[in-house]
Amino acid sequence: MTYLLLGYEFFKAGLFAVGGGLATLPFLIQMSYNHPQWFSVDELMQMVAISESTPGAIGINMATYVGFHVAGLLGAVVATLSVALPPFLIILIVVHILDRFKESRRINGGLEALRPAVTGLIGAAGYLVLRSSLFTVQGVEAPFQWIVLALFLSLLGLLQIKPLARIHPIVYIAAGAVLGVVLRL
Amino acid sequence: MKELLNLYCTFFFIGSITFGGGYAVLPILIREIVEKRKWISEEKLLDYFAVSQCTPGIICINIATFMGYHRRGFWGAVITTLGFVTPSLILITAIAAVLRNFESIVWVQHAFAGIRVAVSALIASTVWKLAVKNVKTWLKAAIAVLAFVTVGLLSISPIYVTIAFAMFGALWFGRRRPA
Repeated sequence: MTYLLLGYEFFKAGLFAVGGGLATLPFLIQMSYNHPQWFSVDELMQMVAISESTPGAIGINMATYVGFHVAGLLGAVVATLSVALPPFLIILIVVHILDRFKESRRINGGLEALRPAVTGLIGAAGYLVLRSSLFTVQGVEAPFQWIVLALFLSLLGLLQIKPLARIHPIVYIAAGAVLGVVLRL
Repeated sequence: MKELLNLYCTFFFIGSITFGGGYAVLPILIREIVEKRKWISEEKLLDYFAVSQCTPGIICINIATFMGYHRRGFWGAVITTLGFVTPSLILITAIAAVLRNFESIVWVQHAFAGIRVAVSALIASTVWKLAVKNVKTWLKAAIAVLAFVTVGLLSISPIYVTIAFAMFGALWFGRRRPA
């Protein structure tokens, strides 16, 4: 019964959470109200922190975490697959629509405007990540972090040098982790 | 069969090195799928990204489904989606089971603070690459800047911004007959 309920709740979250990152959070808070025996809002915040700082999509990590917390390994599998199912089904439908209207000048026009728009959106996402690092230290508000700005600019500079730009992104992520520890960010 | 295994492993790998989901996955997708494996053009990937932005559900799952379907139809989509979620399942379950207070380890927090800065530098670099390719007219530059300002500075939901620009594009760019 718990599995069914978990599946239903996460399917709902996957269906209605539009966008990325923490879009599933409001649904999880609602879940803790509806099923207080599952987890408290405080426990939820700890799950958010861990989900944000481990690899993988945050929504997926959250589903795995909550599912495991509520009903063990099988709960984790049920919650994760349930939250992934709606986007999976919707994209299968969208693919067919896009295929059918490949030649439509309206759809192509829309996509033509979306390419620069998405470029701006991605810039905004990068900016928001950076801004939170510039003005907070370990989640607490702090004076402007010049060291973060310096680190950001030097990494960005390195990425503009041709041979260095070919290095895999994971190397930069690992370097960030090491520098974070060394510089006590 | 071999192709499906390849798809699974590729998205397993992508899922295990993406920190932050959503946009953070883009630099990694460009490297792994566009440049290294040449499975899709950068332009097409960006189209998928734009559509994923305004459809319900986790963006990374949308993208994984798109890519899998693009390569191998329905089963390809199943495989890429499963591949992408497997690392989360393993890692998060392990953390939840073993380390109850993972976040309170001080050096872990410092490491993640550093990772966030590296991720924002990777994203900024990707934006520059995309801008060179996709922003070639003043109108498109205005679209990019407007999208940045509305979402980054004014905190308007990217869903509305995406839908608004899609409609604008359909009306403005879509008015001419295709050559």
